[in-house]
Amino acid sequence: MLGLIGRKVGMTQVFDERGVLTPVTVIKIEDNVVVAERSEEKNGYEAKLIGAIDKKSKHVTKPYGGQFGEKVTPKVVLREMRDFEVEVAVGDSFNVEILKDLSFVDVEGTSKGKGYQGVMKRHGFGGGRATHGSKFHRGLGGTGMAATPSRTFKGTKMPGRMGGVRTSVQNLRVVKIDEEKQFLMVKGAVPGPNKGVVIVKKAKKK
Amino acid sequence: MELIKEIEAEQLKENPENFRIGDTVKVHFKIIEGQTERIQIFEGLVIAINNTGIRKTFTVRKMSYGVGVERIFPLHSPRVERTDVVRRGRVRRAKLYYIRDRVGKAAKVPELIRRKDQKKKASN
Repeated sequence: MLGLIGRKVGMTQVFDERGVLTPVTVIKIEDNVVVAERSEEKNGYEAKLIGAIDKKSKHVTKPYGGQFGEKVTPKVVLREMRDFEVEVAVGDSFNVEILKDLSFVDVEGTSKGKGYQGVMKRHGFGGGRATHGSKFHRGLGGTGMAATPSRTFKGTKMPGRMGGVRTSVQNLRVVKIDEEKQFLMVKGAVPGPNKGVVIVKKAKKK
Repeated sequence: MELIKEIEAEQLKENPENFRIGDTVKVHFKIIEGQTERIQIFEGLVIAINNTGIRKTFTVRKMSYGVGVERIFPLHSPRVERTDVVRRGRVRRAKLYYIRDRVGKAAKVPELIRRKDQKKKASN
């Protein structure tokens, strides 16, 4: 796996040399630091613990700060990345340059919360007719069968809280990588609000 | 947000907007067909300017064989080579959508005639 922690800056659009307009999301990559290593002998799997974004020293508790050792300052975001594809040691810092050969990435983030939503918005139900005497508009309809099984199955799609969960968008084309200003641009939208923390990973399915 | 402004600023053209609403312009639009490139000219009345920054667009309307044709051009697109103003128009509105409902002479925009000293002022 190859991944980086960054922040969503926002969306804009860019022209390419042929004049085609592409909608892009700008992701600012913070300096990523290897905080710790997980090894086969000790933990049963190979992974690197990557951290990013400095935490204010007054917000660091002793137990939280203890895991960072002497080389690394305490970070806000911590993320284990299994079988990291680049050779890095604890304390090493890296940035967008490790993604420069990629043309497609997956981006993971926490989606914007939508509150309590009905089934049409939440699950894409079709709903009923608005007019012609229809008494069924945005409801969910039946949720079960009759005497058998005489209950509603678990996991039936119903209204409820929507959004605010971890989601990924796969196979986003990388439009530009700027090593100097440390940002990358991907085509299309990315989960979460502006300034939200996102994880940019090498595309799994490409 | 500063980062986005920087990215957009890189692509903005310098002073591309040499026309105003109501002007008749010639838009030199680059057409790319496979290997060859050519310039197509679209001449008509500017009836709207929308959005700001890199998203700024303008709408040009012309009559083609008795049929109204409107095209929206992104102002900062590299395919818009340049725009020449053919005729200045005198209008009092920012959007000239009412032109769509008019036929013949009523669909005309009067020409903007300035005195010499006013012209000087406008160009400064």
